[in-house]
Amino acid sequence: MELKTPEQLRFDLSIIASWIKPGSRVLDLGCGHGDLLDWLKKHKGIQGTGIEQDKEKAAGCISRGLSVLQGDLKDEVLDYPDGCFDVVILSQTLQQVYQPDVLLKSLARIGEQVIVSFPNFSHYSIRLQLLFRGQAPKNRQLPYSWYDTPNIRVITLADFRKFSKNVGYTIVKECAINSHDQDRNGTIVSLFSNLLATYGVFLIEKTQTVSK
Amino acid sequence: MKVSKKYYTCDSQEKCQILESGLQLSPVTIAYETFGKLNSDGNNAILICHAFSGDSHVASVYEDAPEDTAPGWWDFMVGPTKGIDTDIYFVVCCNILGSCMGSTGPGSINPATKKPYGLDFPMVTIGDMVNSQKQVLDYLGVKKLHSVIGGSVGGMQALEWCVRYPEMIRSAIPIATTMRHSALAIAFNEVARQAIMVDPHWNKGDYYHNPGPDLGLAVARMIGHVTYLSDEAMRRKFGRKLQDKEDFSFNFEANFQVESYLRYQGSKFAKRFDANSVLYITKAADYFDLADNVNTEESLQDLQGSHSKFLVISYTSDWLYPTYQAKELVQALKRTGQDVSFCEIEADCGHDAFLIPDPRLSKLIGGFLNGIENS
Repeated sequence: MELKTPEQLRFDLSIIASWIKPGSRVLDLGCGHGDLLDWLKKHKGIQGTGIEQDKEKAAGCISRGLSVLQGDLKDEVLDYPDGCFDVVILSQTLQQVYQPDVLLKSLARIGEQVIVSFPNFSHYSIRLQLLFRGQAPKNRQLPYSWYDTPNIRVITLADFRKFSKNVGYTIVKECAINSHDQDRNGTIVSLFSNLLATYGVFLIEKTQTVSK
Repeated sequence: MKVSKKYYTCDSQEKCQILESGLQLSPVTIAYETFGKLNSDGNNAILICHAFSGDSHVASVYEDAPEDTAPGWWDFMVGPTKGIDTDIYFVVCCNILGSCMGSTGPGSINPATKKPYGLDFPMVTIGDMVNSQKQVLDYLGVKKLHSVIGGSVGGMQALEWCVRYPEMIRSAIPIATTMRHSALAIAFNEVARQAIMVDPHWNKGDYYHNPGPDLGLAVARMIGHVTYLSDEAMRRKFGRKLQDKEDFSFNFEANFQVESYLRYQGSKFAKRFDANSVLYITKAADYFDLADNVNTEESLQDLQGSHSKFLVISYTSDWLYPTYQAKELVQALKRTGQDVSFCEIEADCGHDAFLIPDPRLSKLIGGFLNGIENS
């Protein structure tokens, strides 16, 4: 199998990959074809597991030697022992989750850290479309119509910051990026990120509660 | 590549097998076949465990039995460059203890009476089958199993291997199997056993010098065969089509194709299989339970601390061991911290789907085996 170099990993995935320590135990929720897991296994020697609902994709992952469970991530995360993973990755999946709060809470049980990435719904192109056309917006990150989109949640960077705090997490790292879905290249957005970033990537950790 | 059936016999007193029931069985002969070459470290071996009525003839054709030209039961999977690549792996398949395809079973001669055991044959368990396979692997010089693979009752053996000899196992692929029989599965087995035992020719298992309970055995196979198929497969294959007829005959001949097919399968099976072996093997499958330590000594909880890789495979139309049972197995493995992969394959051919050539299965198994690091 062809080795993927860091440059060839999709830009948002390469940010996630750069946050993962070598040898970590990683769970990738909604791992798709397994590109990130495969890269992390080869370059960072991780012990990785993926969960993927699509049977063909899950079978493809297993056929390339990855450990992947075919199933619904909301059920699959329930069976792991506490603290089973160093990092749980939820890449471009949060916007498709029915009960994000329930999911995030159960991820706090099984993982030390969670990495979440999602398309930013407050990008200026979306704001302008809604303002001037008055229709449900579409862009390259969110290309679907309202009636056929798998994305049942619209999330902005500002929303996520608030949400993660409410479900008991502290943000450790945050990276707003500007890239297009299949682009290998992108840029990190440091100013006016809620307006200019196409994606947000967050590394969060369970907030330590002071014992009384 | 051709193959010949070989036999391993253990008759020494110290190695004689103590069964889970506490009884002794000696001598024990296990028929087996091997493919490919064992490397000098003895760690490139793959053990394939056959299902209830299978045998050691997993692939290729016999070089020394010109009358038996049938390729093995998993010929599409096992061979050079196939899913289980015999250019890379040393593949072993043993006929299970209690069977009648070369290994010791109820039809074998009891040394105490010089007659076939019949019901004097002790009850054997899946664990006993695994222990006898271990003796064969020790004899062959296998130190480590790259994988232990099996479908159905073979999958039970694969799981039992992981629990009994975790240090020997790098990976396991249980296919279309379960941690324990459901009431439905036990019920079907009981109907099969009763069909045999009510046949007057069964004679409490003592029939080896007389005509055997072929009718009962055929009926047992008919019910078994239905459980290996599925509603969809039977609809597609037979529907309500009539057998060589334009109209109903208004009697109890086989009118429908499905009736004729089951009768044919039943009588074919009666010619090749021993009725007592059906009784013993179905009972072993019914007793098998890795879900808890209550009724059996071993359970999947014993895997805590061991590190084998698992690939669990189920089929959408398998109603004997449905996907929910495979998922229970996956859950149990996850709870003990095992590295487990799972995939449900879309197929309408029911429980027997794993025996039907399918490039998806070959690719899954080949890729999984390839991804296991040597250790």
